Amino acid sequence: MELGQMQGRLAEYTRSLYMEGILDAQFLQLQQLQDESNPDFVVEVVSLFFEDSEKLLNDIARALDQQSVDFKRVDAHVHQLKGSSASVGAQRVKDACVAFRNCCEEQNVEGCLRCLQQVKQEHYLVKNKLETLFRLEQQIVAAGGSVPMAEMTF
Amino acid sequence: MNPSNGKGSMPTASSSAAWKAGDVVPDQFPAGLRVLVVDDDPTCLVILEKMLRACRYEVTKCNRAEIALSLLRENKNGFDIVISDVHMPDMDGFKLLEDIGLEMDLPVIMMSADDGKNVVMKGVTHGACDYLIKPVRIEALKNIWQHVVRKRKNEWRELEQSGSVEEGDRQQKPCDDLDYSSSANEGNWKSSKKRKDEEEETEERDDSSTLKKPRVVWSVELHQQFVAAVNQLGIDKAVPKKILELMNVPGLTRENVASHLQKYRLYLRRLSGVSQHHSSLNNSFMSPEASFGPMSSLNGLDLQTLAVTGQLPAQSLANLQAAGLGRSTAKSGIPMPLVDQRNLFSFENPKSRFVEGQQQHLSSSKPMNLLHGIPTTMEPKQLASLHQSAQSLGNMNVQVNSHGAQSSSLLMQMAKTQSRGHILNESAGSHLPSLPSSIGQPIMSNGIAGGVIGRNEIGDNGRGTGYNNQVAQTSSMLSFPMNHTTELVGNSFPIGSTPGISNVTSKGAFHEEVSSEIKSSAGFVSSYDIFNDLHPEKSQEWELQNVGLHFNASQNANPVQGNLDVSPSVLVHQGYSSRQGSGQNRNISALGRTMFSGVEATGQGNAQIMDQQLSNLIVDNPVRVKYERFSDTSSQNALFADHFGQEDLMSALLKQQQGNTGPAEPDFDFDGYSIDNIPV
Repeated sequence: MELGQMQGRLAEYTRSLYMEGILDAQFLQLQQLQDESNPDFVVEVVSLFFEDSEKLLNDIARALDQQSVDFKRVDAHVHQLKGSSASVGAQRVKDACVAFRNCCEEQNVEGCLRCLQQVKQEHYLVKNKLETLFRLEQQIVAAGGSVPMAEMTF
Repeated sequence: MNPSNGKGSMPTASSSAAWKAGDVVPDQFPAGLRVLVVDDDPTCLVILEKMLRACRYEVTKCNRAEIALSLLRENKNGFDIVISDVHMPDMDGFKLLEDIGLEMDLPVIMMSADDGKNVVMKGVTHGACDYLIKPVRIEALKNIWQHVVRKRKNEWRELEQSGSVEEGDRQQKPCDDLDYSSSANEGNWKSSKKRKDEEEETEERDDSSTLKKPRVVWSVELHQQFVAAVNQLGIDKAVPKKILELMNVPGLTRENVASHLQKYRLYLRRLSGVSQHHSSLNNSFMSPEASFGPMSSLNGLDLQTLAVTGQLPAQSLANLQAAGLGRSTAKSGIPMPLVDQRNLFSFENPKSRFVEGQQQHLSSSKPMNLLHGIPTTMEPKQLASLHQSAQSLGNMNVQVNSHGAQSSSLLMQMAKTQSRGHILNESAGSHLPSLPSSIGQPIMSNGIAGGVIGRNEIGDNGRGTGYNNQVAQTSSMLSFPMNHTTELVGNSFPIGSTPGISNVTSKGAFHEEVSSEIKSSAGFVSSYDIFNDLHPEKSQEWELQNVGLHFNASQNANPVQGNLDVSPSVLVHQGYSSRQGSGQNRNISALGRTMFSGVEATGQGNAQIMDQQLSNLIVDNPVRVKYERFSDTSSQNALFADHFGQEDLMSALLKQQQGNTGPAEPDFDFDGYSIDNIPV
């Protein structure tokens, strides 16, 4: 595929992510922060996010697995996840976290488990999508092109 | 922290090598602003760092609050502003806010994914100069430098305001002052009046001189003499009497020295054992907070109980301070101790006996700070100057400890203020028989109230006297706090507009009154300073406190008639603002009203100011009462607005109220108070 086409595909793909609400304006901010001095900024941050969030999800699962669930603790983890997902622009993950916090407040284990599932799902989804996105970017860079500055034109 | 006493030479952490001078900033500013970012979330931390770097700030990041604190301590002047997350595993963000406010008096910005009103309010009360909701956008970070400038400006202003009458004007070097607000305070108290309060200050001074209120201002020189005397005697053996003799300063009383010594000791302890004391302090701090926390948020009643029952180890202090205080009741005792305690507390060396008191005071002081901070946003000239105390007081604030480091501490004090308010009520109550007991409570919430109360205690021989003191204190507190508050609370204000308004109003009112009272207020101011100390400006407060204390002790006889007027309103406002709502407001207004009427009768020296305020009060009272019904913050604001009759404030307040309280509106019976039409 030639460079122009790849770039077009990337733009299209990125747009779709925003449209579907998988990513939000915050992600755009991150992209705009990236510059020559730090060309891998977004990838780095996102990797950091996934690393951290996976740990959090495990902690949450473990906490919910206890005999007597410590909802405060679960809530603290979810809150953290909410903050970090919001910071990277993973909108759906963040929204799922919001719902999760409500379940925590209700101290409903079943509800929490369901919410956890939901969060995990969204988390997995955005992870895959971003991996695809980064791969596309890499291909463009490898082909000698540059990744166009992100723009929210929709 | 420098070992030197607060008065003199304690450069605040906020002074930055990169840029100094209150009003003059280097051309490249805000580039190069040194930011410390604390967040346990690595993702957010990295993103923030990148964003801040994009704003051309110098960023240091850390993921643990303890590390942040040690970084700040090692490098006192190494940072200009701190941004901290609220929820952290090793330490609560608000606690960090408080600590920073207490120790370093830096502006602190809180941030969290949590945008619930309560949390944001907590940030305000703890002294945060701002509260950002995650995800934080770079635009939000672009303007954080304003908090630094504001804080410095406020610090400087405070210094100016607190200029001592006796000591003469010190050089007014805002830059220098900013660098070490505490030291500058002394000097600048008299010297520079940048704010619009200047005129009032002048008036105050004139009035005070006419009234001949001996106000002891612990100027740098005086303090140095004191330190020399103490060192000569040996810190352990230094007793007020001997120190007094060594110093050989005419007009200085043993009580003045005693209270100053107390503060000094706390200060030293704080310097030497910050970490340990810090923890202990924190504990003590926290405990009252814990106890007051819920209370402050809900109602000062609990605080009152505590205050009354408590924790007033101050009694001893009171005795020490106010010979005239005949009151053995908690009330009387409270005010005095409060002041001292606050001082003690502010130094982070709560003496065992004072710990409790301090805590209480702390809470009470908080309200003051809170209020003060708020006004900054409020606007009016006075307020403008005041605004921004943010942090540390706030800092301690910056966070709810936050008022920047400084403002935050102040804010934290909110909770404390409640207790203070309580005390204030107590004293007020004692003074004014007519005042409903309930009123006392609301007042408690205000830090000022605490201050005022302190006054009462000290100088209050009789009812009238006491009240005067109270008033005087209040006024001083108010006026002073205004300045200080700006520093401290200022930060918080942006978050909570309503409270600010109240403060503003009160401030305005007080300021005027204070002017006449200035002398008395000077003493009082110190007490306020104490709070400041707690929060961010340690040195300042210390100084001020001394003054206040001295004042109280020595000025029993000089009731500040004018102040009376002020204080009630102040108290009322104070309590009002701190209290989040309900019944208290009502009481407060009633109190205010009563006070005001009482005041009028007394005929204050500051006729002009007083009259104006009184009339405002009177006029507003009825209206105010109505406001109070709405026991919400907004109503509080309204209340304040009324008192001060500041049209601007009023309208602002009203607007806020309107915005804030839907239900309240229907209740407003006062015709005069249409939102845009506040009869002043």
